[in-house]
Amino acid sequence: MDSILALAAANLVSPIILSFVLGLVAGLARSDLSFPEAIAKGLSLYLLFAIGFKGGAGVAAHGVDARLVAALLSGVALSLFLPFIAFALLRFLTRVSVTDAAAVAGHYGSISIVTFVAASTLLTGRGIPAESYMVAVAAAMEAPAILSALWLAAKRGGGTEQVGAELWREILLNGSIVLLLGAFVIGWVTGEEGLAEIQSFIVEPFKGVLCLFLLDMGIVAGRGLRGSRGVLSAGTVAFGILMPLVGAALGLAAGLALGLSLGGVVLLMVLGASASYIAVPAAMRVALPEANPALSLTLALGVTFPFNLTLGIPFYMMAAAAVTGS
Amino acid sequence: MEMHNAKRVEIIIEAVMERQLTNALNEAGVTGYTILPVSGGSGRSGQWSREGQVSRAGGMVAVICLIRPERLDPLLEAAFAVVERHIGVVSVTDTQVLRAERF
Repeated sequence: MDSILALAAANLVSPIILSFVLGLVAGLARSDLSFPEAIAKGLSLYLLFAIGFKGGAGVAAHGVDARLVAALLSGVALSLFLPFIAFALLRFLTRVSVTDAAAVAGHYGSISIVTFVAASTLLTGRGIPAESYMVAVAAAMEAPAILSALWLAAKRGGGTEQVGAELWREILLNGSIVLLLGAFVIGWVTGEEGLAEIQSFIVEPFKGVLCLFLLDMGIVAGRGLRGSRGVLSAGTVAFGILMPLVGAALGLAAGLALGLSLGGVVLLMVLGASASYIAVPAAMRVALPEANPALSLTLALGVTFPFNLTLGIPFYMMAAAAVTGS
Repeated sequence: MEMHNAKRVEIIIEAVMERQLTNALNEAGVTGYTILPVSGGSGRSGQWSREGQVSRAGGMVAVICLIRPERLDPLLEAAFAVVERHIGVVSVTDTQVLRAERF
């Protein structure tokens, strides 16, 4: 217990977490501190490119094995399965409509790439290596949950748009997925040499940019929480904290079954525990327009994201270390 | 200066639906429109702002069409099929334009 607290305390005073806390406090306190939309998008593009490229370069250096394919398939299976648990848990804990529950479930089956990046950075800081291809697993987990959410909404009587060409484009060609996978492929093709060429741009400034991005996420989360009166209830907040623990437990089981390293298991736990607030919200707005976007976004960004960032990641690291005996 | 009667249709809709709306307008023969970013606002779905947003899910756009009065109904039918279930506002105002042949 002491070591969990020590790890959580060390995590809390990192520049990454403190930047998020600063943004959260500023947002809650109604400060006029804000990032223009174009800068926020620019920061996210940089992070997606950098993490994708580094992951691809790592795979080029260490080679491809059957475990990579198994990890990808496990990620897709997790993303497809998690929305069913999220849907059932949310309907059990709250009285939200079928459509809202399906939309929220879609968010929780998918992943938060920023939480993944933050966890990767913290693992690197502690000298814990992880499989480079976990970036590809993250990308593979973005979209399948959307299909599960739409299936849930359709089967349980919630209104849903027909999955037409426009929705498929939103699901499969979402900018964040295209950039993450594209940068991964470029990193894979160009390998260590390619990484060395642009290292001064995508490696050294990475943590600083991540701090700024998390500052912005904190502001958006704080504003969302401030305006969440009538959106969040005790049940929904409980869901926002319980669901990541369930997702992390499934990620832990999958990581152990795959035989991943300690870092890989932690990252799969983080992927299972996190909820999307970039790719899925847009798809849900197209497919489930009657769903309340404030509920999904406030839960994902205002409750689960801060929980994972502050307490969740250290807890997942401790749990994975205890189970793997590392 | 000679002025001509026209209708100004302003559709404020979620940014993710922009392409579907403009496709529907094009199919209805409405090929002239202007798309403007909307910085923020408040409505039945609460307050929202573009500031700091990364996802397109939180953004809105304004699609503005200036058309001849007789073309209003086909435009509204095409637009309504897209915007019916989504957050947004559709408004029509009387206006006047120069150079009527362009509308």
